[in-house]
Amino acid sequence: MTAVDLHTLTGAYALHALGPAEQAEFERHLAACEACAQEVRELSATAARLGLALTVVPPDGFKESVLRRIDSVRQAPPSTSSDAAGAGAPRRARRVQRWVLAACVAAVAGLGATTVWQYVEARDARQEARRAQEATDQVADVLAAPDAKARTARLAGGASGTVVVSESRDRAVFVAASMAEPPSGKVYQLWFDEDGTMRPAGLMDPHRTAQTVLLEGAVGDASGMGITVEPAGGSAHPTSAPVALMRLPA
Amino acid sequence: MKEAVRIGPAPGAGPSLEELMADVAKGDKEAFASVYDAVAGSVLGVVRGVLRDRAQSEEVAQEVLVEVWGNAARYRTDRGTAINWVLTLAHRRAIDRVRSVEAAAARDHRAALLARTPEFDEVTEEVETRLEREQLRRCLRTLTELQRQSVSLAYYRGLTYSEVAELLSVPLGTIKTRLRDGLIRLRDCLGVGA
Repeated sequence: MTAVDLHTLTGAYALHALGPAEQAEFERHLAACEACAQEVRELSATAARLGLALTVVPPDGFKESVLRRIDSVRQAPPSTSSDAAGAGAPRRARRVQRWVLAACVAAVAGLGATTVWQYVEARDARQEARRAQEATDQVADVLAAPDAKARTARLAGGASGTVVVSESRDRAVFVAASMAEPPSGKVYQLWFDEDGTMRPAGLMDPHRTAQTVLLEGAVGDASGMGITVEPAGGSAHPTSAPVALMRLPA
Repeated sequence: MKEAVRIGPAPGAGPSLEELMADVAKGDKEAFASVYDAVAGSVLGVVRGVLRDRAQSEEVAQEVLVEVWGNAARYRTDRGTAINWVLTLAHRRAIDRVRSVEAAAARDHRAALLARTPEFDEVTEEVETRLEREQLRRCLRTLTELQRQSVSLAYYRGLTYSEVAELLSVPLGTIKTRLRDGLIRLRDCLGVGA
């Protein structure tokens, strides 16, 4: 994106209307463009006026509840960065730390052997949550990419599939609806089709008939995608005829 | 009669919100209670405008207010007024919630766009600050239809600009520009400084 293109994003940025990738790109630009920063400050102040018009009277007990909560919140030291609105990620990390901390406190409380297990569980859950969040962030990023293109096809058995590709992100998302459950012990595996060569692109959840999956790996030179039924865990190469083949949107 | 919301310094009315924030940053809970009185209704209003759901809005608004306490030291007067800082934070958190809920549900994108919250006029029925509302309404009328729709969809419904483009069937570049020139026109009409 050129500097001129970026500059026109001041309005969308002030309204929090950018996707995560564009927001990051714009913030990098903002750090080096004082004119943009000034405009963002003014347009953010304007957006706040849109919000001010929504002022309501909080319900009974709301204030007491907030005042009670701040009792247990440690204040951050002054920041040296210009992080005005804060970011989502550190917040999430903070919540996770608190969770792990709870497991550690439990350990101190003398719960013995179970505490190690609790700690491991907290850590696994944290990794799991992070993976899930990263996957949904990436899916959202592809779907919201300005150059996202979609193609929908009817699949066998009344199912339908939509593949969304963003060239700039070099990623693809597959959205399935009304898929029949695969035979017991089998899974649907996704493939990128590169001139007839199938490259593994991840597995679908066998228990969900409707789902949105981020295809593993870059789109690269792939011109299509396919779905095959494979043994649980997936295969390195397709072991059955594809149940669906779709061209990627050009 | 509802309590008026004080935005900037009122004549002879004690410390400004900015001064109070400096005290909050030093751990002054009384100052925080005053900040709360000045901003809580607006924080809840902004969050509820985007999220619609009452219980969820109260939860997110509380988190925002607790964050105002926790991050008071991060507020810098040279970056704008305290109320802007707080309401920007409130809008950001409401949007984060709306987008994470949607991503988690992996819902059909377009259907969710269309089924989301009501129009601005419905939203504003709950508004208590009449004067603020009237001025905003008058200024919104100076925008072109596309500017007004784009700005409202982005701010009040929390849509990304590509979602706005999709919903209105207008090219992305046009929406980008309308969001910017729409806000600039609003800024000039409302007489907003940074």
